[in-house]
This record gives sequence, structure tokens and C-alpha cells, in this order.
Amino acid sequence: MSRFEALTGDNAVAMAMRQVNPDVVAAYPITPQTETVEFFAEYVADGLVNTEFICVESEHSAMSACVGASAAGARVMTATSSQGLALMWEIVYIAASNRCPIVMSLVNRALSAPINIHCDHSDIMGMRDSGWIVLFSENAQEAYDNIIQAVRIGEHPDVLLPVVVCQDGFVTSHGMERVEVFDDEAVKEFVGTYKPRYPLLDIEHPKTLGALDFYDYYYEHKRQQVQAMENATGVILAVAEEFNRKFNRNYGLFETYCLDDAEVAIVVANSTAGTAKVVVDRLRGEGLKVGLLKPRVFRPFPARELVEALKHLKAIAVMDRSISFGAMNNAGPLFLELVAALALHGVRVPIADYVFGLGGRDILPREIESVYRDLLRVAESGRVERLVTYLSVRE
Amino acid sequence: MAQLKGWKEIPIAGIILEAGNAVEYRTGGWRAFRPVRGEAECIHCFQCWLFCPDSSILVDAENEKMIGFDLDHCKGCGICARVCPVNEKVIRNAGTKLARDDARLCIRIVEEGRVKE
Ligand code: SF4
Ligand code: SF4
Repeated sequence: MSRFEALTGDNAVAMAMRQVNPDVVAAYPITPQTETVEFFAEYVADGLVNTEFICVESEHSAMSACVGASAAGARVMTATSSQGLALMWEIVYIAASNRCPIVMSLVNRALSAPINIHCDHSDIMGMRDSGWIVLFSENAQEAYDNIIQAVRIGEHPDVLLPVVVCQDGFVTSHGMERVEVFDDEAVKEFVGTYKPRYPLLDIEHPKTLGALDFYDYYYEHKRQQVQAMENATGVILAVAEEFNRKFNRNYGLFETYCLDDAEVAIVVANSTAGTAKVVVDRLRGEGLKVGLLKPRVFRPFPARELVEALKHLKAIAVMDRSISFGAMNNAGPLFLELVAALALHGVRVPIADYVFGLGGRDILPREIESVYRDLLRVAESGRVERLVTYLSVRE
Repeated sequence: MAQLKGWKEIPIAGIILEAGNAVEYRTGGWRAFRPVRGEAECIHCFQCWLFCPDSSILVDAENEKMIGFDLDHCKGCGICARVCPVNEKVIRNAGTKLARDDARLCIRIVEEGRVKE
């Protein structure tokens, strides 16, 4: 049913792509790309996939080729990172608006300037309003599992949206881990075949995609995208349920760790959640009631479910690996959205933001521990001293 | 204009499922200039029909005649007047530069609102 391999996050994603065997992959292989495309190109060269692999001349063209292929009716995948994603920007929106269920692997890395190729979440946070479904992955295993589920989520007839699967640059993408790889047949069976709703290559039914759409209908098409996002939450859960059953996993909208009886908790996505779990174990050993919530689905933002999971706490810290410059208190995007969700649902738990790890700055267990110790003080006093902390920045 | 539909009633993504429905879109309203027949006689060579980017040259296919302009869709670009070989001949014979609304031409391009028909 499965085997274990030592894989980097990049390789794990390439492995999932090989098993999905998409019709088209378009990518621009230059730094900051990811090794995923390199591994995948080998699979193509070795004849292990039937994929039409298009080496384009820029990331802008990569996403353009993906949109074209998806509109034609193909199952399409790509991979990018950091500046590469930034160059795709224009077409990233078009992919979502054209309702192309493209699956993209994104290795989260900082945006220039100054030039930096290391981990942070500025790249994904920039595309958070673009209309893509966004999934986070703590490690290579989750990246692999999420890619497989992403295919089903995006292609669901009630959704038809592109899905981006994130993992942390270098920490996950280049770190080698033990990854459970399912049988090719099992993955193939799980993803099934794609039945596009309006394939342009169906020449019996000629149609036009991407035409001018003015004030008379543009707005209605945006409203449809809202509906697709609303439908996505249920679809993500249904796909996860099927995946969990078949592959013995436990996916949902987010993961909780020692949260039920916790008094204080950190909310943090991707690899840092793994480090935080170690800290939780250590502090629990001291008898401290600390917990963790690790978001998996960031778009659509599961506000109600998050509030439900966090409302019993006495203090919450969000750890953001990016800054929304100029936003309220120059906080991070995850914090801002969670604060809004709590306020909207009338939950008044003291909450603070900890920006960390920008440009690949290491985040150490003792720093996470310091956040928990802050939280325990906040829980006692009921007061947040500092709304936003830039963790371990030198003064 | 037809009754506008709600977001649940229309195909997603602005996809147009009906081929060739651009004809319903009256682009003629954008026009600042319009093509008008002049004094020189048309030789029905169909050059204008061939080049018009908006398929707005009306022809009588049976009798192979150019019969006018579809002003619901013509955008007034003036390409028809530029490619018309009779216009070319009129200009050459005049031996001088002609205004594009000169009455002697075969297809004249006239500012909208100044057409004397
Ligand atoms: S002016 Fe342009 S659009 Fe109008 S009939 Fe002539 S070529 Fe066609
Ligand atoms: S108007 Fe000019 S171009 Fe058009 S058919 Fe007549 S002669 Fe030919």
C-alpha cells in the first residue's frame, strides 16, 4: 500500500506530481525556482509520466501556459517560489478568475529587496486576495499529501479554483525527511480523471474564454468566485475525509496540538508549527497548559471554525512570517485576519502578534518558549502589553 | 438592451458558450468617423470587404456587389478607404493630396455628425 523514502520537500512534491501524472506542467527553471521542477523534468525524460512539459521563458509565461492548457481542458500543475510567484502575479489572478483548477507547489521564500532566497511567507501572503485556495504544509509529508488532495479540491465542480500548496523554503523544501509514498495506483485512483466543464478543445462546442466583461457582468462573475470559495470549505473537508480514510491520515481545516485543555496557545503555520510542538511537549512537562493551532487552510479562511477552536483560551499568540506593511499596527496578515474573526464572533481573548523569521532568520525553540511565557503572563494579567513583537530582531 | 441576468444564471468565468455572438454587440456606438460612398464608381473588387476588421462591409453575394456599410458594427477605422483601389486611382489622378472626406472618392471617411447623405 505504501513505502517510506528519504525525500526533500521538493522531491516529495515531484513524487506526488509523478503519481498524479498531469497532462501539462509549465515552469521556468531558474532560481528562485524549486528542485521540484528539476525532479519532474527527470520523470518526463525517463518516460515515467505522459505529461507535456513546457519549459517557458519566464514565470509570467509559465502561469500563462498553465492557464491556456487548463482552459483547453488539461489537468495542469506547476511549481514556483518567491520572485517567481511575484512575476506570475498578473496571471495568478487570471487563473482564478478563469476558474482554472491548476495545482501549484509554492516553496515559501522572501521577496526582494534586499535579495534573499530564504524562507518567509511574504510570497504567499501577497497572493492571498487573488482567488486561489491556499494550503499550508508543516513538512514534506504534508506537502506530498496536500498536493494529491489539491487536485481533487480544485477540480470539484462546485469549486473549480486553482490551489496553491505551500511549504517552507529550505527548512522543508531542501531538508530530507522520512516520507510515506503511496502506491502509484492508489494515488491514481484517488485523483481520478479530470472532467473539465468547458474545455476549449471540445470543438463540437466552440466557446470563448477571457473575453471583455464590463460593468454589466464582471461583478456577477466575481460573485460566482465568492460562491466557489464558500463551497470550497465543505469540499476540502470531504476530500480530506476520503483521503484520511484511504491513507490513514487526520487532515481537516487546521491541526490542533494539546489545545483542548490549554489555557494559552500559539497559532503558526508551516514548519515552525513542528518546532512549536517540541516546545509544547517540554512546557507540558513542566505542567504548563500550553497548546498549538496550525492552520492548514488559509484560503478560504475558516473563521468560524478557528474561533470555535480558540475561544476557550486565556491568551493567544499568532506567529506571522511576513508583515502587512502599513496595516493596523504593522502586524502580520494571519494575525489581522484572526483578530477580525474573533471580534466578529464576539470572542474577547487577549491576542498578540509575533512576527518572526523574515528572510530565513532561524526561529529557535527558546524563542517560541519565550512567546509561551509571555502568553502565560498575559493570561494572568488579562492584558496584552505589546500588540506586535518583532521576535529576535536586533535593536 | 436584453434583461441582465443574475450571477446564478450565467456560465462561470465569463465563458461564452454561444459561438459568433459578437454580432449582438453593437460596436458602432464607438465610432467617431464613418465611411460614406463618394462619387467615384465602385468596381466591386471586395478589397474593403476583405480587409474590414469588423466584417462591416455589406455585400450582395449573389450579384457580387458591394452594397454599403453595417453601421451597427463599423468602428470607423477607415481601413476600407485605405485599401480601396478606386480611391487610390482618384487620388493619383487628382495629382494632389485629397482630404479623406473628399466627395470625389469612392469611400470617404467623414466625421460623425457631419454626414450629408
Ligand atoms: S471604417 Fe473600418 S470598420 Fe468601418 S467599414 Fe470601413 S474598414 Fe470596416
Ligand atoms: S468600395 Fe472600393 S474596395 Fe470596396 S469593393 Fe468598391 S472598389 Fe473595391
